[in-house]
Amino acid sequence: MAAAASAAQAGAHVGVADDNPSFGGQIWRGQETSPSTDLAKLWYQRFQGAKVECLRGCRVFGAEEEKTLVAETFDGWAELRFNKLILATGARERFLPFPGWTLPNVMGAGGLQAVVKSGVKIRDRRVVIAGTGPLLLAVAAHLKRDGAEICVVAEQASWNRLLRFGLGLTGQPSKLRQAIGLKRDLSGVKFVANCWPLAAEGSDRLESVTLLSGSTTWKVPCDYLACGFHLVPNAELAVLLGCILADGFVQIDDLQRTSVHDVYCAGEPTGIGGLELSLVEGQIAGYAAAGNPEKAKSLFARRSTLRKFVARMDRTFALNRELRSLTGDDTLVCRCEDVEFGRLREHWSWRSAKLHTRCGMGPCQGRICGPALEFLLGWRVESIRPPVFPARVGSLAMAPESHAKQC
Amino acid sequence: MPDTVQITINGTAVQVVRGCTVAAAVIQAGRSEFRRSVTGQPRGPLCGMGVCFECRLTINGQAHCRSCQILCRDGMDVSTSD
Repeated sequence: MAAAASAAQAGAHVGVADDNPSFGGQIWRGQETSPSTDLAKLWYQRFQGAKVECLRGCRVFGAEEEKTLVAETFDGWAELRFNKLILATGARERFLPFPGWTLPNVMGAGGLQAVVKSGVKIRDRRVVIAGTGPLLLAVAAHLKRDGAEICVVAEQASWNRLLRFGLGLTGQPSKLRQAIGLKRDLSGVKFVANCWPLAAEGSDRLESVTLLSGSTTWKVPCDYLACGFHLVPNAELAVLLGCILADGFVQIDDLQRTSVHDVYCAGEPTGIGGLELSLVEGQIAGYAAAGNPEKAKSLFARRSTLRKFVARMDRTFALNRELRSLTGDDTLVCRCEDVEFGRLREHWSWRSAKLHTRCGMGPCQGRICGPALEFLLGWRVESIRPPVFPARVGSLAMAPESHAKQC
Repeated sequence: MPDTVQITINGTAVQVVRGCTVAAAVIQAGRSEFRRSVTGQPRGPLCGMGVCFECRLTINGQAHCRSCQILCRDGMDVSTSD
């Protein structure tokens, strides 16, 4: 949204293709008609007021010849021709497999929040929130406001690291205000550090979660488990287009340009940094792509400040090595093809495991199991092939009957 | 009164608030199991944002639709079997 509004303001002809049914990414999911914060209101106003062509429910799955993307919509396909391209494909949660994690009602932390934002009523439902990062608290606060009974928030980072992080916030007034606000919203909610789920139990849906902290384990009956361990970049389309990655993130220069001519990237795919950093990067990319590098440069200082905060967060919430023991040999890692960890760790690489077990060949194309295996076994998940998302045969063949749009 | 649309889930008509996704409508109708995995295990939505494909349902006769990314439209027919 920030990139589009900025590029339009700088005079470019802008089109936005978003896989989601409405604009706002994950953080502002469902807020298009009623933004909940001042920042959201500001950006929705700018976006909706800008001259931008909007394609909702439009999922890019491949690229054609010169500067053309191909996308699928609910009932057709579309060709998107561009002069400059800005990728703002966001991030997804990392899931760490443990016994029972595939039961219905076990979702990501952002995942449960997303379905609640999309219409699920969480009032009076018992929710366990686990994993790591400030996202857990944001999710807890949101669900509590909506009437959920938050049984516990289980954070894998140690108290030591959390306290040091908290003390460090005194140098950042706006972050401190956010933290104090969260503390107030979450008064009365049980928070345990150095804690993670050992197992989710239930017959055909979740019934309880067993948690471990130090040497203590206990079982919590609940309706939902919202569990996520960090965010990982959605860099698949960037890789398909030939962009160079560094440590899994899309490499960019000061003006958010990737290694591919006329392709820019902003937000989480360049480095997990949260909402404010994404907005600044989006603006820089928008102005730069639209031919106004001076306006882009005026935002460099703000971007630097935000990036420093991100580095401290990364250190605080780094994943505890002990989490590798959560996944037993008979725990499923690949949900698409039902492949257990025991079968996977017989292999020496992602490629070998994929060829022999089909892990990574299912609909998610390794998006869920990949980040888990990177943590569990240190594998580099590589080799992106089109289509980057499953697509209908009619779309792949670009059948004239279902051609929805050409820009 | 909130603006509603009517969809059918496995043949049963339900009223849902406009703006609700198909996945949310199915959960609100009391279903946690959306589909079965390749070895027959019950599965439901995981990521909520369209990347895991665990929420896929047949919508208006079209299989493998990611229900968490699709808004309910009046008259939609949703089925949890392939």
